[in-house]
Amino acid sequence: MSEKTKLPIGAEAVATKGWIGAHKWLLLRRLSQAFFLGLFLIGPWFGLWIVKGNLAGSLTLETLPLTDPLVLLQSIVARHWPEMTAILGALIVLAVYALIGGRVYCSWVCPINPVTDGAYWLHNKLGVPKGWQPKKSTRYWLLAMLLIVSAATGTVAWEFVNPITMLQRGLVFGMGFGWTLVLGIFLFDLFVSRRGWCSHLCPVGAFYGLVGNKALLRVSATNRAACDDCMDCFAVCPEMHVITPALRGKTEDTPLILSPDCTNCGRCIDVCSVDVFRFTNRFDKAPAPGRDEAARKSPAQQTRAA
Amino acid sequence: MPAAAKAKPIDRRRFLLDAARVAAGCAVAGTLLGAYAGQARALPAEALRPPGALPEGDFLAACIRCGLCVRDCPYDTLTLAELGEGPATGTPFFTARDIPCEMCEDIPCVKACPTGALDPALDDIGDANMGIAVLVDRENCLNALGLRCDVCYRVCPVIDEAITLELTHNERSGHHAMFMPTVHAEYCTGCGKCEKSCVLPEAAIKVLPERLARGKLGEHYRLGWEEMQEKGGPVVEGIIDLPDRLPGPGTDNLAAPGGFEPAFKIPGASE
Ligand code: SF4
Ligand code: SF4
Ligand code: SF4
Ligand code: SF4
Ligand code: SF4
Repeated sequence: MSEKTKLPIGAEAVATKGWIGAHKWLLLRRLSQAFFLGLFLIGPWFGLWIVKGNLAGSLTLETLPLTDPLVLLQSIVARHWPEMTAILGALIVLAVYALIGGRVYCSWVCPINPVTDGAYWLHNKLGVPKGWQPKKSTRYWLLAMLLIVSAATGTVAWEFVNPITMLQRGLVFGMGFGWTLVLGIFLFDLFVSRRGWCSHLCPVGAFYGLVGNKALLRVSATNRAACDDCMDCFAVCPEMHVITPALRGKTEDTPLILSPDCTNCGRCIDVCSVDVFRFTNRFDKAPAPGRDEAARKSPAQQTRAA
Repeated sequence: MPAAAKAKPIDRRRFLLDAARVAAGCAVAGTLLGAYAGQARALPAEALRPPGALPEGDFLAACIRCGLCVRDCPYDTLTLAELGEGPATGTPFFTARDIPCEMCEDIPCVKACPTGALDPALDDIGDANMGIAVLVDRENCLNALGLRCDVCYRVCPVIDEAITLELTHNERSGHHAMFMPTVHAEYCTGCGKCEKSCVLPEAAIKVLPERLARGKLGEHYRLGWEEMQEKGGPVVEGIIDLPDRLPGPGTDNLAAPGGFEPAFKIPGASE
């Protein structure tokens, strides 16, 4: 590890790019999360009905229907064939996320994301051990499970407990005891399992990951030759395994982060003091010499890169 | 770091164990979720679904809990159930005693529903079937005490069809009448206006879900008088209509003064 690894995460980026520069995408992301929540709230709060409904289904400006495709899929496996409005809404949502990256939902829209990010922040502050780390594939099993339960019980089963819609619906329509589930997730992430919910278990994230499997918008480690091993991107990335193949790839390997697990949060872009990462499209063929070029000059680095 | 662990050759036993562990965990989670979903299916009797709602079982498969019906109800009748409130979390319902359904002619709640959980085939609000009003307390109802409250009858949007006042003898006083509010299930939409308006501290008339409010005839039951009407003759050929023995002066003597005529004659039957 280089000396820089010991610096606090992001300290170097703040020093070179300024605080705003080193938190640009994070700030935009928080704004976007607040924006999408706000859209739903200004109706009930101020009587300004731009958007009606909630994340499961909504109507914008009395014309644009949007439906959560996973909720609708459960309804279909529970043997209800929905009306055209709902199907159209789901197709629009699917098309958008298939284009910009499924898990953009996770980092730019989902209201649980600030909760689990908050838990992660506190987790690090308190120095809690990382705890139980279920396999990343668990979320796909859970996704299959909830579809099976929907089919078996003939209900939209996940919606009985889905903390995401519970929180958002709670804020827009009235919470009841819905907050207990959200608190549960916060405490789970804080004490039981580091990044346990969003990065290991959440079946909604898994679903959107599948949707965005071939998404156009991708992060690329274009400038990977400049990487100075500070490891900050790995520290901030909620799905750090996605970075390795791109960042540590050889010159002939693509610098694009192609794993559908990447949430397109852009935190790696923020935190890198030498600007290795940037947003681009999956067909970007810009040359990106790998670390192998640089490694020729420094054999010590090569052993670690392997 | 998980990437580092991969370097070791994959231990088959360990792999199977991991897979089994994940599968078992998911099975447990799935069973719990299934049990919870099954239990949450029971709708409390006071919770009424919006007009046009599919039967409860189908409704829970169809409703995505978007709340668009709630938003488009001009009377704020509907709410989405909160966790721990009774009806399945997030699904729309109303409580008649709080805010009843005003039976909008254009049925905006049904129009707003994107999924068909509220059946778009419902185009006449008079055909809605949210529940059925039942005069559950025939002792405390003010009309049963001999007064003329009549409020439930007056407020009914389907007055004189869904609810009528039936004149009965007041046994207690011996010489008064009672006007008992009487609901006719065929016409009652379950809007709940009667329950909302009942002047008693606890309503004497309540809207109940159909499963509680009604009985059901066996599938094989035939109503003879209806079949006879349809056929225009006795259901069984060659039936003889014997004279009815009815009270009155001159038994069997229907022509005698003061005798009774039978309520109806079997059409086409021989005398
Ligand atoms: S690779 Fe970058 S953009 Fe993708 S999830 Fe990780 S930090 Fe976010
Ligand atoms: S018919 Fe009118 S009052 Fe009744 S639930 Fe629908 S929108 Fe509300
Ligand atoms: S509009 Fe339809 S799908 Fe949405 S909450 Fe109402 S009944 Fe359910
Ligand atoms: S619920 Fe009451 S007010 Fe409404 S239609 Fe039935 S009898 Fe009339
Ligand atoms: S309003 Fe209540 S008390 Fe009055 S007649 Fe109707 S049911 Fe009876």
